[in-house]
Parts: sequence; structure tokens; C-alpha cells
Amino acid sequence: MRSLLTTNAELVITIVKIALLLFIVLTVNAYLTWFERKVVAHIQSRWGPHRVGPHGLLQPLADGLKFFFKEDPTPAGVDRFVYFLAPLLALTLALTSIAIIPFGPEPIHLFGHDIYLGIAPLNLNIGILALFAITALGVYGVALAGWSSNSKYPLFGGLRSSAQMISYELALTMSVVGVLLMAGSFNLRDIINAQARHPERGLFGWNVWPQILGFFCFFVAAIAETNRVPFDLPEAEQELVGGFHTEYASFKFAMFFIAEYTSMITVSCLCTIMFFGGWLSPFPASWTFTHYLPSVILIPFGLWVIMDGVRYETVFGRLVLPAVGTAITAVGLILIVDPRHINEFIQAPFWFLSKVLVFLFVYVWMRGTLPRFRYDQLMAFGWKLLLPVSILNVILTSFVILAKMQWGHQ
Amino acid sequence: MTAPLVVFFVLAALAVIGAISLILQKHPIHSALSLIVVMVALAGLYLLMGAEFVAAVQIIVYGGAIMVLFVFVIMLLNAGVEEHTSLSKLAGPPGLLLVVALTAFVAATIAKSGASVQTAAQTGALSSTKGISEMVFKDFVYPFELTSFLILVAILGAVVLAQREKS
Repeated sequence: MRSLLTTNAELVITIVKIALLLFIVLTVNAYLTWFERKVVAHIQSRWGPHRVGPHGLLQPLADGLKFFFKEDPTPAGVDRFVYFLAPLLALTLALTSIAIIPFGPEPIHLFGHDIYLGIAPLNLNIGILALFAITALGVYGVALAGWSSNSKYPLFGGLRSSAQMISYELALTMSVVGVLLMAGSFNLRDIINAQARHPERGLFGWNVWPQILGFFCFFVAAIAETNRVPFDLPEAEQELVGGFHTEYASFKFAMFFIAEYTSMITVSCLCTIMFFGGWLSPFPASWTFTHYLPSVILIPFGLWVIMDGVRYETVFGRLVLPAVGTAITAVGLILIVDPRHINEFIQAPFWFLSKVLVFLFVYVWMRGTLPRFRYDQLMAFGWKLLLPVSILNVILTSFVILAKMQWGHQ
Repeated sequence: MTAPLVVFFVLAALAVIGAISLILQKHPIHSALSLIVVMVALAGLYLLMGAEFVAAVQIIVYGGAIMVLFVFVIMLLNAGVEEHTSLSKLAGPPGLLLVVALTAFVAATIAKSGASVQTAAQTGALSSTKGISEMVFKDFVYPFELTSFLILVAILGAVVLAQREKS
């Protein structure tokens, strides 16, 4: 057994990483639904979920149980093979795309191995292209679900989704070309490192400033690709009942749901990597006191969770919340004392996750704010505005890079 | 058998099965799905040869964009199950002959060019994005631009046809 572990160490590490990431992503997904409902509720002056557990924190768990135990009828006249394949395809591809995201620059040294944060190998030279390839296939989940249901509304949903996908895929791909030109690589790690060329500039060294046009096009196209508001025509409730997933119930519906939220996370990670410096700190490298920022956030938050917990009369509120709060405060304190340079290590993942959280908030914010596009507006916007602007961005960027090479203002 | 060889045979089998299923399936959507399997299996084969860029582009362009368009059109027209016509008696023997001739031609080409293809794979001329772009924009720039021109003409033709129908 021992020899088997040592000879196949790489394989074992990868499998453990996959299991761990899967667990984290699914948990984050569950709480993303809670986050979304809570934020949208407050935007609309409501409370949102607040019955199941303190602040409705156990609501995702209840929803998950409900998904498992609901009846799962298969409608008559469906194309059985494709009907079962579609949710599987959607979920698998969405989860696969997360595997390509790198979460931190430095490896963890454990049992004599360097374990990097992220599943894909370091020298994955087609990083961003591989991600686009997976998203390109992702549309089949939605389109085939709509077709195989043998029902008119899902068919409309599937049709809309594939048309939308074709229209926005071009703009999505063109919008990142500027970033790729500046980095000179498809590798996601290289793209982040290219933004660290001027460590003293802090957040002004990020790609979002020279590539503001590219970022605009990318973010809009990415929202369209993930079928979210204001581009959620494939599942427009008022017109199409539930759109492509009308005929799906129980866990098959949950699979579409998880796929959608996972692709939201992937897009947020991509925005962070391509335009907002990935794991780089927004402060100049010489401001080392900003390394205590995680503690400064964690300790008051932990104390607040303890205070909040003791107000409740339920067991969960009285015991679990203060325990969690104590743990968070303890982590914050450990990071200040910093016995084994953990604080140094935690900086990169901390900034990465903070930025991803900001983008997830923007997603939810838009859902609470914007109305849906009309179909012709959607098409006109994609083809007549986004695509030309992203091509213009490519031309401008190449001219600037060429001029810099010519006159040597590096 | 080494691991890459096993992966090769799995992918090759997938591609062949997908191609056969593409012809045998009765419903257009199932045929389109089989074609997607072929495309993805081919991309896997390219990846196995170290041609990362070509593999990714194969999936993005063929597996993604073009096949989505196929599926979209099939769904839009709501094409049903194909009717089976009685097979043409004449098509059998010449078809078989053609299959044999084509297989022989491909096999001969591979046998002849085996060495040069292998060196191309080993030197990485085809695997890196830089190598491909140098080939396309330096060595073969005129054929490349001509192809672009051809595609442009095709697009314009499509627009003209669509406009004529409208007016």
C-alpha cells in the first residue's frame, strides 16, 4: 500500500485535489443560492430566507434535501437518451472548467511534494483556449435539454440558448485577444504574472486599465454565455414557463442549477485572472502592512458572529454560530502571530477569492437591478456593438504594442 | 501497452464508433451528436500528439460553433425521423470499391509520409501557437489570405441571397 502511494503520488494528489475542489465548489454553489436570494431580497426591500436557521443559513441544506426526495417523473414522448444526457453534460462540463483555474502562485509543501493550488498542470499552455473549448461544448446541455423534452416551451428555450451562444461566443473570444497580446501567452498563470511587471503600481498595473474596452465586452459576453439576467432569455419565466428545464424535476433540475452557478463562479474567476490581476494585491508591493488585512477583516467578523449567535434560542444559534465565530477569530489571530509564514502564503488566495466574491456580487446585483433584453435587442447588441468594439480593441492593442516595440518605450 | 497507446486506442475507437453511428442513426439530432463525439475524439488525438493549439481550436470551432449551428438548424426546422428508402442496388458495389480505394490511398499516404510527420510532431513545429502562426502568416500567407477571401465571398453571397428573398 505504502509503495503504491509513493509511486503514484502525483495521481493520488490529483485525485485528492479533485475531491476537495468538488466539495468546495458544490458547497459554495449551495451558499451562492442563499447569497443571491438574500441580496436580491434586500435590493427589493424584503428579508429573504430567514426561517431555516439563523439568517436562513440552513436554507441551502433544506433545498438540497428537497431536490433529493422529490418525485422525478419522466414526461411522455421524450427522447430518453438525450433527455438523460443533457443535465449530465451541463453539469460535467461546468465542473470541468473549474479545474483549469489556478488559485494561487506558491505551492504548499506537504509530505515532500509541492502541491499547487489548482488542478491543471502548471504548463498548460492552452489554458484560456481549453476553458473556451469547454464553454463552447456547454451549450449542448441547454440546447439538447430543450429539444429532447418534446414540449414547446423548452424547445424555444433551447433554440434561444444556441442562437445566443453562437452570437456571443465570437465577442467573448475576441475580447480577450488584447489581454493575450499583452501577456504573450495562453497560460493563465503567465497572464497573471504579466500583470505583476510593475509591482509598485499595485492595482494600476492590472489589465483592466489598458483593456477597459476588452473587459466591458468580455464581461457582457460572459454573462450572456452563462444565461444570466439580463440575458436569461432561454429560461424567461414570464414567456417560457421555465425555459429549457421546464420538463425536468428533482435532481435533474438541480444539476442544471448547479451547472449555472458553477459557470458563474468560473466566469468570475476568469474576469479576476484576465483583467483584475488574479491573486495580485491591489496595493504596491512595498506596503507590507496590508498583509494584515485578512486578520483585520476576520477578527471583527468572527466577534460579530459570536455576538449574533448568543442572541438565538435555538441550539444552532447558541452553539454552532459562536463556535464558528471563535474559529474565525482564532484564524485571524493566528495570521497576526504568523508562526510558519502562513500569512504570507494566504495573501494570494485571499485576494483571488475576494475579487471573485466581488464579481459574484455584481452578478447578483445585476439580477436584482436590470430588466431582461428583448430578443432582437439581444441579437443587435451582440453583433452590432460587442463584436465591432472587441475587434477595435484588438486592432488598437496591437498598434500600441507595435509602436512600443518600434520606439522602445518598454 | 503504455498509457498513451491505451488512450490512443480508446479515442480512435470512439471516433470510429461515432462516425459509424453518425450514418446509422435515424434521427438528425442523434447523427449530429455522433458527429460531436467524432470531433471531440479527434481533438483528443491531436492533444495526444502534443498539438495543444490545434486540439483546442478543433473543439472550439468544430465541436462548438459549427455543430451548435447544425443542432440549431435541426431544432429550428424540427426535422423528424428520416424515412428509410429502399437502398439503391447500383450504389452498393461502386461504394464498396470507393471505400477500398480511399482506404488504400490514405494508408499509402501515411506509410509514405510517416517519417516526416513524426519529425514535425517531435520538433514541435505544429504544436506551439508560435509555430502555427509563423507557418500561416509567413510560409503560407498567400493561400491563407486566398482562403479568407473565399470565405468572405461566401458570406457576401449568403447575405445577397437572404436580401433577395426578403424584397
